[in-house]
Amino acid sequence: MKKTALNAWHHDHGAKMVSFAGFEMPISYTSISEEHLNVRKGVGAFDVSHMGEFIIKGKEALDLVQSISSNDASKLKIGQAQYTCIPNDQGGIVDDMLVYRLAEDQCAEGEKAFMLVVNASNIEKDWDWIKKHNRFDTRMINISDATGLIAVQGPKAAELIDSLTNVDVTGIPYYHFTKGKIAGKENVIISATGYTGSGGVEIYADNKDIVDIWLAIMEAGKSYGIQATGLAARDTLRLEMGFCLYGNDINDETSPIEAGLSWITKTKKAADFPSKAVFKAQRKEGVTKKLVGFTLEDRRVPRHDYIILNAEKEEIGVVSSGTMSPSLDKPIGMGYVPKAYAKEGTELYIQFRKKELKATVHGLPFVKLS
Amino acid sequence: MNTPEGLKYTKEHEWVLVNDDNTAIIGITDHAQSELGEIVYVEVETIGETVEKDEVFGTIEAVKTTSDLFMPLTGEVLEFNAKIDESEGDDPGLVNSSPYEDGWIIKISISDPSQLEALLDAEGYAALIS
Repeated sequence: MKKTALNAWHHDHGAKMVSFAGFEMPISYTSISEEHLNVRKGVGAFDVSHMGEFIIKGKEALDLVQSISSNDASKLKIGQAQYTCIPNDQGGIVDDMLVYRLAEDQCAEGEKAFMLVVNASNIEKDWDWIKKHNRFDTRMINISDATGLIAVQGPKAAELIDSLTNVDVTGIPYYHFTKGKIAGKENVIISATGYTGSGGVEIYADNKDIVDIWLAIMEAGKSYGIQATGLAARDTLRLEMGFCLYGNDINDETSPIEAGLSWITKTKKAADFPSKAVFKAQRKEGVTKKLVGFTLEDRRVPRHDYIILNAEKEEIGVVSSGTMSPSLDKPIGMGYVPKAYAKEGTELYIQFRKKELKATVHGLPFVKLS
Repeated sequence: MNTPEGLKYTKEHEWVLVNDDNTAIIGITDHAQSELGEIVYVEVETIGETVEKDEVFGTIEAVKTTSDLFMPLTGEVLEFNAKIDESEGDDPGLVNSSPYEDGWIIKISISDPSQLEALLDAEGYAALIS
């Protein structure tokens, strides 16, 4: 099993460790809801170094990115990031990812550079897929094993990181990034992105520097009430926001249009990409099923693959994600249902083993943050 | 992990406290609550029923996972601990904070006392989870 550079720290700090996407990762340190609520009101730090990073560099780097990505990377300025997905040829999704347009200070004349950040579970699959589509004058470099990633999330996160750097972190607009020095370490990417909905930054650095950066954040973060936060709270935080998780809510068989990701599926962009025509048709003619959010009044937690029924108790869909929402203190979930059942307030039932429990379609996000 | 002497244990991570009147109290172990993480709901809908050994008598919902509760012994389910019954307004988190005391789950009447012999003692259970 792979370990991140912070593995020993997690063990030393009482983390419950689990196997996740081939890595031994911290699932929780104290309690999931405590870690969750601390991110919502203060600041939490996550080791997400398992994520994959690819550098795409060359004269036709943009062409390669455009040819595999559903969003329009031609719109990116240097210092900007974009959420997108990699569609397959069957109208499904290979992975979702972030595309960073990097500075060109290390590029030859006329070259561009991008960093793609992909899910840990899909690193090999994505690499092979992108390589297969690389008919361009472009180099691909897999820096996943050498790169650490710390997410510092919550309303106090930017201010905390600002105190450790030579750059104006609080001034970085959402989905923008900058390179700076943090805790004495050069060449660190500080990105105003995240997977919690509570704001904050993600910090990419060399693995050799990541422990020192983490320690500096934890030390400076004490006065902000920082807590190390595990993957379990990362999941409850993202689900409260209605963010999709690859493998749960989206996969090789789900369309981004069905998943509510039309906004990252730019079928009007000039470059062609796999399934572009499929998505165009789905936009025009509509899709038959939609990913919806729902809440339950009973305190049973809907789980991935549970069956969704209509008011007549007929099987109509399947749960893709579910949890107990720490912010709302009630069960929430997402799942695919026929479009006729996608309207907010629609009554559904979730099939638990011995009984069906009522659920109500709820707009996303579940939690609205100011 | 806390594994008190004087209780019987199962490989399914439950403990059994045998009373003199042929009844028993059943709960989950400290190890089990720690593995499950925060428990948000305990459901027992078998009160008044006789449930066979190894059959499911209830369900535990934790934030991360759902787990079945198995009967360590055949018996009639007499009582469900009202203190952990969320539908009664009480606190299922007691199973986390006090797995052997306030967080007990059910009381049963034992149908076949000879089944007790197959259960583990504290030492046997501690070895199982070590």
